[in-house]
Amino acid sequence: MTLSSQTKNLLKVHQDVDPDIKPNAGWRDLPIGGVIPQGGTASQFATGDWRTIRPVWSKEKCINCHRCWLYCPDMAWISEDGKIQGVDLTYCKGCGICANVCPTKVHAIEMHPEDDFKDDEAVKEG
Amino acid sequence: MALPDLAKKPQRFTGGHRACAGCGFPITIKIILQAAENPVVVGCATGCMEVTSTIYPYTAWRCSFIHTAFENVAATMSGVEAAYRSLRRQGKINQDITFIAFGGDGGTYDIGLQSLSGAMERGHKLVYVCYNNQGYMNTGIQRSSATPRGANTTTTPAGTQLPGKPQYPKNLTAIMAAHDIPYVAQASMSHWNDLYRKAKKAFAAEGPAFLNVLSTCRLGWATAPEDTVDVAEGAVQCNVWPLFEVEKGNWKLSFKPKKPLPVADWMKQQGRFKHLFRSDNSQLLETIQQQVDEDWQRLLELCGVNGE
Repeated sequence: MTLSSQTKNLLKVHQDVDPDIKPNAGWRDLPIGGVIPQGGTASQFATGDWRTIRPVWSKEKCINCHRCWLYCPDMAWISEDGKIQGVDLTYCKGCGICANVCPTKVHAIEMHPEDDFKDDEAVKEG
Repeated sequence: MALPDLAKKPQRFTGGHRACAGCGFPITIKIILQAAENPVVVGCATGCMEVTSTIYPYTAWRCSFIHTAFENVAATMSGVEAAYRSLRRQGKINQDITFIAFGGDGGTYDIGLQSLSGAMERGHKLVYVCYNNQGYMNTGIQRSSATPRGANTTTTPAGTQLPGKPQYPKNLTAIMAAHDIPYVAQASMSHWNDLYRKAKKAFAAEGPAFLNVLSTCRLGWATAPEDTVDVAEGAVQCNVWPLFEVEKGNWKLSFKPKKPLPVADWMKQQGRFKHLFRSDNSQLLETIQQQVDEDWQRLLELCGVNGE
């Protein structure tokens, strides 16, 4: 019996957190009732590929007001010890709220079309 | 609380959820959950928030979360809270837990109203948060009783027969205040400090609390995704969405715009009001402005604040 790719995906997410689910498990081994045993599994799902424009952050200009962190709907702005570290492109959907709420005088975030970064990606993958 | 300090607290809502780019409610959730000190149990009525944050086997919640139907999140959370009290009495649980019910305006103003009213009347110690995006956005933008007058929706389409929704939205915050529960407040995600403070108060209330939070829907309001926060701010600045709280029967205004903007300025930002700027609808625009002014005066009186 071959498992559908969907079942495989479901099991894979659960296997990480539930040791009772064996590598050769089938759909019968899925948690009963559609329960998700571990919280925060959505962090394994990348929504960054929705993006058509990308925020580019200037560390020099940033005043750490954290408005981008606060108003990002995708929890993409990373803050450590009260300092902004940059944006996590795994989740950033490119809405542009961060660039808009960044204080006008500071202007530490600019949105650029994804096409501008095509060459960078090619280098990384190549 | 300064924002960099707020960011030091671990977050209970993760990225990777499937809400639209520029959606308002994840911001609302973030601010409210950052205000919680105890472990939280969240219940969610059917709506965008529920279906985009918990697509099996993914969940964006790092806390206990219960999936429930459209009409009964308040009833579900009542049961959870009652079970908690029983277990606590039996000595099986020994820590304070915060219970939060989230519902959209469809699940709160319309479909879930009776279960909400029941939960508040029975005095369950839970915080009900209505993330109000002024319509049934998840099912494709139908009108709800929170949709403002004149808004174009798929069930009140603006055209030659109808200039958008014919009715005014109902004042649910006042209806909840009439339940005489310890804490009721109206807030907007654009005013994070105010919302954070109100969430703190709601969690500390001795009994049920209700928060009505304006959260932009960029798809239903037809706004640019980057303008999400600006549009919510505009609603507060033109008195369409005044910020206030009702604590043990005392009405208190939280924010008074220095010079209120005309409602038309807020409407201009949104595609759903586009038709109101045709010359044949100018009368309606004036009527809406008059109603907003009247509601504002009435609120000022309730809060014991002098007008101009």
